[in-house]
Amino acid sequence: MIVPLATGIHHTSYASELALRNTRGEKARLGLGILALGALPFLLDSYWLSVVNAIGIAAIGAIGLNILVGFTGQISLGQGGFLAVGAFTSALLSGRAGVPIPVAIAAAVVVTAIGGVIAGLPALRLKGLYLAIATLGSQEIIEFVIRRWRWLTGGQGFLEAPPLGVLGWHVQRATFERTWYWVILGAAALGAAAARNVFRTALGRSFMAVRDHEVAASTIGVNVTRAKLGAFALSSGYVGLAGALTAHYSGTVSWERFTREVSVLYLGMIIVGGLGSIAGSIYGAAFLLLLPPLLSALADAVRTTAPFLADQLPALQVAAVGLVIMLFLIFEPRGLDRLWRRVRDYFGSWPFRY
Amino acid sequence: MISREYAFLLNGSTLASGRPVLELADIGLRFGGIQAIDGVGLAVTQGTIHSIIGPNGAGKSSLINCVSGLYRPQRGRISLHHGDGAVELVGRKPHELARLGIARTFQNIELFRHLSVLENLLLGRHTRMSLSLLPALVWFGPARRQEIAHRALVEEVIDRLALQAVRHRPVSTLPYGLAKRVELGRALCMQPALLLLDEPMAGMNAEEKEDMARHLLDVNRLAGLTIVLVEHDMDVVMDISHRVTVLDFGKRIADGTPDEVRSDPRVIEAYLGRDVA
Ligand SMILES: Nc1ncnc2c1ncn2[C@@H]1O[C@H](COP(=O)(O)OP(=O)(O)OP(=O)(O)O)[C@@H](O)[C@H]1O
Ligand SMILES: [Mg+2]
Repeated sequence: MIVPLATGIHHTSYASELALRNTRGEKARLGLGILALGALPFLLDSYWLSVVNAIGIAAIGAIGLNILVGFTGQISLGQGGFLAVGAFTSALLSGRAGVPIPVAIAAAVVVTAIGGVIAGLPALRLKGLYLAIATLGSQEIIEFVIRRWRWLTGGQGFLEAPPLGVLGWHVQRATFERTWYWVILGAAALGAAAARNVFRTALGRSFMAVRDHEVAASTIGVNVTRAKLGAFALSSGYVGLAGALTAHYSGTVSWERFTREVSVLYLGMIIVGGLGSIAGSIYGAAFLLLLPPLLSALADAVRTTAPFLADQLPALQVAAVGLVIMLFLIFEPRGLDRLWRRVRDYFGSWPFRY
Repeated sequence: MISREYAFLLNGSTLASGRPVLELADIGLRFGGIQAIDGVGLAVTQGTIHSIIGPNGAGKSSLINCVSGLYRPQRGRISLHHGDGAVELVGRKPHELARLGIARTFQNIELFRHLSVLENLLLGRHTRMSLSLLPALVWFGPARRQEIAHRALVEEVIDRLALQAVRHRPVSTLPYGLAKRVELGRALCMQPALLLLDEPMAGMNAEEKEDMARHLLDVNRLAGLTIVLVEHDMDVVMDISHRVTVLDFGKRIADGTPDEVRSDPRVIEAYLGRDVA
């Protein structure tokens, strides 16, 4: 274990420097975090637990989008479409073909990754706004297929997805949210750790090199085509997982859950949380998904004392999300992750201050 | 000759010293109406510093861009010699050329600006590192071993270029001279067969220039790397080059040792009225 000295933190091997957490403070913080996450399902009622579950799924999707936008610099407005690909693939495979659900979810990840590569082909030619429009095109095509392809949804635009279960065991009604909490927490934690790992290896660095300077990246040997398509695949894999989890968690998958607005909301999450930050993706998902229920709770709380305000608050929910995104763009474009780092660095080498 | 023990060979070429490592024959490159390079040929000898000089717009950067694959000349051949034969470079993509051992720096610093010095240098190791997804997701095991193994060479480059103090700084916060040095470091980490430097001292003050010249000499004389150097500072060029090629309006007007070139009447004429050598 490394102890901070008055002069900072000193490493004595590359291995120790490569570790994500070194000091006692960092490890204690991790331990506290794990404790809090473990206690959460026993502290929250099923409504708030359902909010947390939605955040967990969204965090996986936001990490996926951040891999593409924040780490590789390829803007995408197709998030909703990829979520839909994951959701419908898993629902179809498990519902119609009778594939075991874990296998169906894994297949959804792979199928969405492949879909991402196809949707990513325009990125080989287009940048910035043009790429954004092209990915919006994929979003529209996917939405159109889901709504109109009779074989898929009978022209209804929605499908039933079987409830989560493995080898005869199924999620019980009484413990529904709590069981899902553990499943989602596990998936999100593994997903976040894996993404964090990728960006401390050569593979992830090559994505960031493409983001920062395509020409320089190519002259040091990065195959820019492969890196971009690889980023689309990895990103979409995460998004496919989030989509598949949504499907089985909510029981039905319907195209309305995967519209353009969803794509924009996810962009908002990674902007608020911090572009190019895995932790930021989680903060952003939590922040934007907590905002509406917190405003409702506030409205309920003030209903007797200030009925006028209580009436206005629900209408403010949507505007609040937009406002928050704008405020972050203006005042802290690097998001919540950056804010948190500032706080942490201030206390980081405690008891020494700078 | 001074020598110092280093654990890693930075020179990626197996060619015997004194043999031609890079040969350009009759290169022609045009942009619309502009003939940027017009029938230029030259041969770079293994183990030397070969400078390319000429007035602004002479076509020096364009020539470097042709060798590193960023521009594709309409005419001519470029061949790179290895210990066991030669490869034609024209028509290959920049990332393929990097694999063949071509490394370069840019006239305007082109670093990965959101990354640290260390990450920029590690990116120089890109072609020699495995990019498999599964080990990267898992980290513990092959991915971590690979990072530590390559870190050793990167640290040696950090030592050689005296970048220890800024190792973890984001490159966007570095002063100009240091950023230029990091760019050189990134190229060195590739263990290239040939190093192309486009004005590594442009915009530097005298002290920074001297530092850079010293590093280039170290890289050439001690590490044995062949360097193609584009540079405007005549004093530096004449001091450290083994051979100099002079371009003007896309044409080669002289080629020889620094002394031969300095006294060549066509070179004097090309520079007259502009910045006199
Ligand atoms: N991408 C390009 N598109 C159009 N013209 C170009 C391009 N690159 C270079 N040129 C032209 O080719 C000619 C040679 O330019 P180049 O940059 O190679 O000169 P240089 O010798 O490096 O000059 P300097 O000393 O100013 O760097 C110039 O006339 C330039 O305008
Ligand atoms: Mg130039």
